[in-house]
Amino acid sequence: MDVYLPIANLSVNGLFIVALGALTGVLSGLFGVGGGFLTTPLLIFYGIPPTVAAASASTQVTGASVSGVLAHNRRGGVDYRMGMVTVVGGGIGSAIGALLFRFFQSLGQIDTVISILYVVMLGTIGILMAREAWTAIRATKGGAQPPVAKRRHHPLIAALPMRWRFYRSGLYISPLAPLILGVAVGILTMLMGVGGGFILVPAMLYILGMSAGVVVGTSLFNILFVTMVTTMMHALTTKAVDIVLAGLLLLGSVSGAQIGTQLAQKARPESLRLVLAGIVLLVALRMLFGLGVRPDEIYTVSPL
Amino acid sequence: MRRLLALFVIILLASATPASAQRDPILVPEVSQHEVRVRQGFTGTELLLFGAILDPAGTRSARGYDVVVVLKGPAQAIRLREKSKIGGIWINAASTDFRSAPSYFAVAASRPVDQIVDEKTAAIYEFGTRFIQLSPTGEIDPEEQARFSSGLVDFKQRQGLYKEDMNGVSISEQVLYQARISLPSNVTTGTYTAETFAVADGRVVSSAVAEVEVRKVGFERLVEIFSQENSFFYGLLAVALSVSMGWMAGRLFALV
Repeated sequence: MDVYLPIANLSVNGLFIVALGALTGVLSGLFGVGGGFLTTPLLIFYGIPPTVAAASASTQVTGASVSGVLAHNRRGGVDYRMGMVTVVGGGIGSAIGALLFRFFQSLGQIDTVISILYVVMLGTIGILMAREAWTAIRATKGGAQPPVAKRRHHPLIAALPMRWRFYRSGLYISPLAPLILGVAVGILTMLMGVGGGFILVPAMLYILGMSAGVVVGTSLFNILFVTMVTTMMHALTTKAVDIVLAGLLLLGSVSGAQIGTQLAQKARPESLRLVLAGIVLLVALRMLFGLGVRPDEIYTVSPL
Repeated sequence: MRRLLALFVIILLASATPASAQRDPILVPEVSQHEVRVRQGFTGTELLLFGAILDPAGTRSARGYDVVVVLKGPAQAIRLREKSKIGGIWINAASTDFRSAPSYFAVAASRPVDQIVDEKTAAIYEFGTRFIQLSPTGEIDPEEQARFSSGLVDFKQRQGLYKEDMNGVSISEQVLYQARISLPSNVTTGTYTAETFAVADGRVVSSAVAEVEVRKVGFERLVEIFSQENSFFYGLLAVALSVSMGWMAGRLFALV
């Protein structure tokens, strides 16, 4: 099924795009990541211009997060208070990110910056997650050994002034911590064209020490609003949001997100994290490979 | 006898000179479609460029001509960046600007161009992807310039936007010629010019131009205009679309 994309200016196989959306949708429901870190590179690989890919992927992530948030909300899995704080941070962060984006673009190095960010961020998080999940699985398999007692949150967090109660997260911490986290994720969202869930989820788990049941829902809640802002930013500045492309991706991802959410309830969280860690590491390795090996295209063209 | 011969030669020359000027053939070019409509389901199209070569008298020409067809898309100002390995990773290093690089360029000829004309003529009429006039700006040494130009051509060739087909023109009965040139779906919209050249004895003896308009129509045109001129509302629409689709999916699955 050939579909012509009016903004990307080329025709694509519609079914392929829907399938790609479904894949990232499942990931989004399953792990609470937006799936942008997979959609954007895959779209570019398919031949969609990078800016259009990033802009339309952020629109798609919005849709996938709505259905994810709804699904998690039914189970009380969203800490709205925590979410609001990170969203405010995300707004500030995406504004900073937009400035940085323009700066690196004028240097002609935005692609390299994005690739390096992917390798460093995904690589670090992937390794941390894999190690943690592996120990957890080993511990449960051992049977006799009780699971290692978890540290609630990072000692630095406790040092921050002013404390709020986040009931659903089971936390009594300073709102500055999630705010700073939101800013950091907002910057990355704008720079990397991703929702930032793959950073948010582990950060909420291991740095803030939120209770695992609300991490995925709250992360999706944050992604929902931050990608809305990103879509608007792209529509106004790059004018690269392809509504047909986004629609096709959405068709797949909104259904995929629902399936993913239901799968998430059946699977064991440690194995889920191990799988996510694997996917994250794969993408990081692919990016590292792309940086180190002579690329297929030495030349890139940009309009003046 | 000698004077008679001289006179004969003069008469021959006198009659030959104006005749040779007139001997230039007339090209009557035509394109299968003057408007390419880019709409839903557009996967590219094939243009048939055809026509006739006639003697000025309107008769079939007595001799054979070679025909070269050049189809060019709207020119764009672009910046070309080149990656090099610095500190172990491939990053953009050198760059150059081209003031008018054609967004699309295709050459078809009845025989390989190097057999039809010499290098210089080929360069003048852009008979080949290596002769595209790109108008580079800034001062860079010719060698570097050549590297960038061939890099651009190679890049565009792999996107299917620059191509040459040295046996792409077929000529029948020395009168009718035709060439098929395909436009991929990722073509830029705008006015395309199809130039047809008749070549004899290494010289371009006649040329003619036809235009093809590539434009978006219907829904695709609407989306493009909307995104450009009402970008705020376009953005809102995109957000609304994604939120409503996500919400609907949520409701539907809640019923299941």
